[in-house]
Amino acid sequence: MTVSVLRLDEWAHPVAPVRREVLSATPELDEGRPPVLFVPGFGHGAWAYAEHWLEHTASRGFPAYAVSPRGHGASEASRKADLRAYAHDVVQVAASLPRKAVIAGHGAGALVVTHALARYPARAAVLLSPVLGGVSAALRNPGLVLPALFGGGLRLPANQLFSRELPAAAARAYAKRLGRASTRAQWQLLRGATPERAVGDPPVLVVGSPDDKIVSPAALKDAARAYGGAPLLFPGMGHDLMLDARWREPIDAILDWLEKSH
Amino acid sequence: MSVDQDFGGELTGTTLWRDGWPVYDRGETVCVIGAGPSGLTAIKNLKEAGFGVDCYERETGVGGAWNWRHDRSPVYASTHLISSKPLTQFPDFPMPDEWPDYPHHALVLSYLERYADHFELRPHIWFGTEVVKVEPADNGRWDVTTRSTSKYGGAERIHRYAGVIVANGHNWSPKMPEYEGLDDYRGTVLHANAYKDSAQLRGRRVLVVGGGNTGCDIAVEAAQQAARCWHSTRRGYWYAPKYVLGRPTDQVNDQLLALRAPMRVRQWFAHRTLKLAVGDVTRFGLPKPDHKVYQSHPVVNSQLLYYVGHGGITPVPEIARFHRNSVELRDGRQIEPDLVVLATGYLPRFDFLEPELLGIDQRGKPTLYLHTFPRRHPTLAVAGLVQPDAGVFPLAHWQSVVFARYLRARQSAPQRAAEFGRRVEKEAAGTWHEGRTTDSTRHWFEVSHGLYLRELQRALDTLEGSR
Ligand SMILES: Cc1cc2nc3c(=O)[nH]c(=O)nc-3n(C[C@H](O)[C@H](O)[C@H](O)COP(=O)(O)OP(=O)(O)OC[C@H]3O[C@@H](n4cnc5c(N)ncnc54)[C@H](O)[C@@H]3O)c2cc1C
Ligand SMILES: NC(=O)c1ccc[n+]([C@@H]2O[C@H](COP(=O)([O-])OP(=O)(O)OC[C@H]3O[C@@H](n4cnc5c(N)ncnc54)[C@H](OP(=O)(O)O)[C@@H]3O)[C@@H](O)[C@H]2O)c1
Repeated sequence: MTVSVLRLDEWAHPVAPVRREVLSATPELDEGRPPVLFVPGFGHGAWAYAEHWLEHTASRGFPAYAVSPRGHGASEASRKADLRAYAHDVVQVAASLPRKAVIAGHGAGALVVTHALARYPARAAVLLSPVLGGVSAALRNPGLVLPALFGGGLRLPANQLFSRELPAAAARAYAKRLGRASTRAQWQLLRGATPERAVGDPPVLVVGSPDDKIVSPAALKDAARAYGGAPLLFPGMGHDLMLDARWREPIDAILDWLEKSH
Repeated sequence: MSVDQDFGGELTGTTLWRDGWPVYDRGETVCVIGAGPSGLTAIKNLKEAGFGVDCYERETGVGGAWNWRHDRSPVYASTHLISSKPLTQFPDFPMPDEWPDYPHHALVLSYLERYADHFELRPHIWFGTEVVKVEPADNGRWDVTTRSTSKYGGAERIHRYAGVIVANGHNWSPKMPEYEGLDDYRGTVLHANAYKDSAQLRGRRVLVVGGGNTGCDIAVEAAQQAARCWHSTRRGYWYAPKYVLGRPTDQVNDQLLALRAPMRVRQWFAHRTLKLAVGDVTRFGLPKPDHKVYQSHPVVNSQLLYYVGHGGITPVPEIARFHRNSVELRDGRQIEPDLVVLATGYLPRFDFLEPELLGIDQRGKPTLYLHTFPRRHPTLAVAGLVQPDAGVFPLAHWQSVVFARYLRARQSAPQRAAEFGRRVEKEAAGTWHEGRTTDSTRHWFEVSHGLYLRELQRALDTLEGSR
């Protein structure tokens, strides 16, 4: 879909402002590297990146930020939020950063990011274990989506999110922190919500695990192909790349890619 | 990043000559004239499309009209946006959620400064450098002559560019009315361009001329600061409040546009709403509008009638002539102001270009497709030469996106570029305003943002081959 120039609906009904949670870690020395903004998946919050990735990204010289879209993490509650509101939250934070940002989104947060890319010319984008939605993807995970059809949250049990390498206690603790996205946004995800084309033509990297129980290898390949590439794979890891036991490998690979392409 | 920063061109390419002067060849680089909102977005979008960009700005900072320290800035201390945030911001760089619906001019400037920093535009801008001449060279290229504006001056330099986008603004050169007896008048007369601060009005007997947004704003300030205020208009206007139904007026208007309500319906709705919200303006002694809503550039001011109602502003008709100590009005009345502020608007000026390049007619009005693209010169464009019923920034953004695509398509998709070129030839004399407007130079560039942006979308689709 091409980019829309006339956005009467968006102008007539601007997204309502909310209080947003933004966590950050900045390098000791600013070497002019681009900031990286992380977006959590549905039910997760900025905290998921604060565990390991923010500090690690900063230690490699990239200013690192994570935003909780409304209704997630410590951001203001918002029961009626839709994908546009989530994308708005992402773009608001990206535009507030001192330099053009790289945006990385995880799970359904990757879908939010693809929508944000149509409203902000990111320097680059990373889709982590992307759940880009649509009916066929939903059919592949019936256990997960069934409750959502009846207004509940998407079910994300710990054994689907992490590999066995993560100690069970840690996995349980993370799973306990999970919340849920709004019913409206979940419906949009299930039905499929194709974003407009990204503005500014950013390079896009798809990262995932062939052993992800939520995103199939075929889905990873499809996502990468849509952006003209092949996925970067980390066998043996679960869906939540940033929390799993071997969290260091994917983030290092992503930062290597950023260093190389910029 | 591959930003071409070895400015000067002495290091690259050969030196050519023009009339005995050296010409530094800037290769495929495109030149942007002015670093106001339109120039900034042109730099960003050309850069995003992969072009090298050199921008020249005669002032020492970015922001153009919104930088009120600039000597030509038409902005005064109390200026706030009249278009609300969503309709004013660039489409890919929103203003912060924490800001109000109608930010103050200082916030608008900080927004433009952040835009320049965020997209790293400053390394492309040559501040304190004025463009004094732009002349065609061979193969659609342009020779741009610049001169330093510093006190000590400097030699002129010529650089050759693959394209030029003119973003010099059209709200800085005063449109001065002529009056009989003006030379002998002993009071002070200034154009609104020289009005900066309400301190200039304090204790004075002020006559404000002009019912545009500037005239109305200054009349309101005079009502608060001056000893007396007369407000002279040569016709009646519709004064739109900043809010209707508790929402910014332009957002309500766009809701109707989104419903694809035809112009007549929107006009009817606007008349109804204004009747309810504002009422009959003739009760206040103002003339009845001689046109329908949307047939004159929108005036958005919630305070004018309020101060008329308080007796702080006395509406009066057009000036007939000046006397030594008084001003005579068309209805024969004589009033005795000691300060006359002419808020009579501005005229476009392109001193550095031969008029025929922009198809400028005897009156001084350029002939440009979408007020942007001249006939016969595909590598030349003007940005920001529009006056919409919404913010200017989004329109300027898409103008430069289309210009960048056009330059690219000339190399990579010549057929599409040719199709677009034919449209420019055919439709350059068009207007992109729904219905007619009152006959005034102030409406030369009046556009309806809905219609105008749709046409820009069509241009984009043609150039991208995605119809
Ligand atoms: C009082 C007032 C209020 C306004 N309010 C609104 C509003 O609410 N919303 C809205 O959207 N618009 C508003 N406008 C319209 C405003 O003009 C535009 O928002 C915007 O400033 C246009 O940007 P521009 O870059 O095209 O021109 P400008 O802002 O005028 O910038 C032009 C730049 O080019 C430079 N320049 C000119 N000639 C040369 C040269 N020969 N060489 C080098 N540099 C040169 C100038 O120094 C200047 O920096 C308002 C205008 C006025 C007068
Ligand atoms: N954000 C803000 O708060 C704000 C504030 C000020 C300006 N602006 C913008 O800046 C631009 C310029 O506005 P402006 O108000 O300075 O100029 P303008 O819109 O051109 O208005 C000029 C006014 O002066 C009148 N006039 C012109 N020549 C005259 C003459 N010879 N005798 C008597 N009256 C004469 C015009 O009457 P006619 O209608 O009969 O021609 C009109 O009422 C506009 O785009 C405006 O929206 C915005």
